[in-house]
Amino acid sequence: MKPDGQGKVGFTPEQARAAYRTMLLVRRFEEKVAQMYGLGLIGGYCHLYIGQEAIIAGVAAHFNEGDQMITGYRDHAHALACGVDPRRILAELAGRRNGLGKGKGGSMHLFAPQRGFFGGHGIVGAQVSLGTGLAFAMQNQNKNGVVMCFFGDGAANQGQVYECFNMAQLWRLPILYIIENNRYAMGTPVMRASAVTDFSRRGTAFDVPGARVDGMDVASVHAATGAALAAIRAGGGPRILEMQTYRYRGHSMADPAKYRSAEEVQKMRETQDPIDQLRDSLLQGGHISESELKAIEIQVRARISEAAEYAAHQPEPDAAELATDVLA
Amino acid sequence: MSASRTPSADAPLIDIRLPSLPGSSGGFRLTRWLCGIGERINEGDVIAEIAGEASTFEIESPSDGVLVQQLVSAGTAALAAGVLLGALSARPRDISAPSPAIAPMAEPAAHGETPVPRAGTRNASMREALRSALADEMRREPLVFVIGEEVGEYDGANKVTQGLLAEFGPTRVVDTPITEHAFAGLAVGAALAGMRPVVEFMTFNFALQAMDHIMNSAAKARYISGGQLSCPIVFRGPNGGAPRVGAQHTHDFAAMFANIPGLLVVAPATASDAAGLLRSAIRNDNPVMFLEHELLYGESGELPDDPEHLVPIGQARIARAGNDVTLVAYSITVSHALNAAAQLAGEGISAEVIDLRSLRPLDVPTVLASVRRTGRCVTIEEGWPQSGIGAEIAAQVVEHAFGALKAPVLRVAAAEVPMPYAARLEALAQVSATQVIEAVRKVLASQG
Repeated sequence: MKPDGQGKVGFTPEQARAAYRTMLLVRRFEEKVAQMYGLGLIGGYCHLYIGQEAIIAGVAAHFNEGDQMITGYRDHAHALACGVDPRRILAELAGRRNGLGKGKGGSMHLFAPQRGFFGGHGIVGAQVSLGTGLAFAMQNQNKNGVVMCFFGDGAANQGQVYECFNMAQLWRLPILYIIENNRYAMGTPVMRASAVTDFSRRGTAFDVPGARVDGMDVASVHAATGAALAAIRAGGGPRILEMQTYRYRGHSMADPAKYRSAEEVQKMRETQDPIDQLRDSLLQGGHISESELKAIEIQVRARISEAAEYAAHQPEPDAAELATDVLA
Repeated sequence: MSASRTPSADAPLIDIRLPSLPGSSGGFRLTRWLCGIGERINEGDVIAEIAGEASTFEIESPSDGVLVQQLVSAGTAALAAGVLLGALSARPRDISAPSPAIAPMAEPAAHGETPVPRAGTRNASMREALRSALADEMRREPLVFVIGEEVGEYDGANKVTQGLLAEFGPTRVVDTPITEHAFAGLAVGAALAGMRPVVEFMTFNFALQAMDHIMNSAAKARYISGGQLSCPIVFRGPNGGAPRVGAQHTHDFAAMFANIPGLLVVAPATASDAAGLLRSAIRNDNPVMFLEHELLYGESGELPDDPEHLVPIGQARIARAGNDVTLVAYSITVSHALNAAAQLAGEGISAEVIDLRSLRPLDVPTVLASVRRTGRCVTIEEGWPQSGIGAEIAAQVVEHAFGALKAPVLRVAAAEVPMPYAARLEALAQVSATQVIEAVRKVLASQG
């Protein structure tokens, strides 16, 4: 599927423009994070989402009131897509007082439960069990809603993932498992880590239906997510979507990514970049003009710059905050 | 899981079973016991006589020890191979004085004299106390649910959840597959979403599979979210030793969990405390590790009927007052300490026994107040000594009451080996009242 911009079911030109804004926001945000990291304003582990933006934009378009989202440590984009203020995220990354978690969590631990965003988890695969628990609570309390649970091709080899597929299907839990297959689990390519590289089939043993999606194409992501969620919301139990994607940066800021060639990265950027693809499609369909694109770019950049300024000028947490929030 | 029988207070029980014997389609009859309860016997001694259709057999003692239980009375017929006839208490080491553990074991609990309960209380086993507190809390708060292996249809591997499925139904008494890592994580997720799960581990040994969710997910959620998340969850189940279940099923995790900020850790020693602490744990907005003990499930005690009977987390209890030495214990080791104190009293030594009840937070002030009076301190735990609860108590006492100490603080703890299976080796590895008495004698001999 390619975005034809002609009002494909579930992906109108309006939605395509909204997705474009989300993707651009994520990309410019992550570029700013890289810059701030380089300046020493952000420390520790920091994982960028650049290249994978179509996934969060296409999935989050279906994120309704009452739904919940959970992911691993590559979580900036998910928090943004849930509507979290970029200022609060950058302040958290900079370890400042007004950060989303008062500066106590950092890049890998963003949380906004009031917006349905449950993190932000640093142990590979843990979010799958936790997300399954969110879905369990929803079902148990007869709440409407679904859980969108994101994890990578690396996490997909953790045992607890399959323990969860089993329980989720056994109990028909309302959860969408989204495997963001960016081809590398840190430095290990999928081919060297997975006996079966078609991740959409990973639920087969438990009869959890799955589909493979072009994760560089936001229209495909949007359509596949809509179909899966319709089945889940109708009480059909869990679904798996494998989003085939690619990250342009290293695993984290500390990773020089020597396990792949510069040509490989360059080729992906030139031929499959999700933002370029959508922009071209919108232009070709006549659904956006160059000047509108420029205006969006300016707005997004201004918002991010302002957020970075805000974060850099926030004070550090009070020393008294050290021992708060350990216990209720 | 081993059978739940009233345990010896300070030594492992060794089963005496009817062996597989030739030729008797109608089973066997126990004609007579050849030794009485409390009698010392050696390995190979004949302790009972069994009759089949055509012949008579002798039952030999499987080990050195003291006969503490006769579960089948003389004259009982139709016994099948493998049936439990009685039990020996292993003798960890030779002591000249009679073991203090023998006296309370002289009559099995079922035939023992039942004390008349005070008004507003009843006699109940710890198992019943836990069950009743759990049911009370489930009635009070619809967000509370129980989840774990065999908790529903099977009525609980240790029967703590017996009858709950019938009252509360399968959405609140949730049987899981054998999947500790994920069902612990699932329960933490449900807690983050506002529910109040009570997770049963069939034994805490299986909680190691779930350690990541206990430590990384539950204990840290509040902090790393800057206080946005709350994780009101109880992880409960038997912790510590049971007879002859071997290295991978015998482990006291108290010190490991107590090392983790963000967790609360409790370990009751009595039925009343079990109920009061479980209610407090379920009502608490933090993750609570609730460490039960398989050998205490059947132990009876006075239980308040009040569904609001609460024991605050973080408060120790003086289980026995004394002046000469402070014994600091928790869970089943409280009975070792009490047995030791009873025997020492006969020698004119007055031991104070502190039941910690909570291991995180530790009630350090109660321990210090006692040690400032007695000047001597012995700690008792089923776990290993290095970096253990006793090590922490010793550090606290040295930091805050150094001047009051008349002797070094001594730790009674498990031998630093994986728990062996062989009865003789197992007895050597476990803590006992005898070891407590030896430690007390040492600290009293020391004139600091």
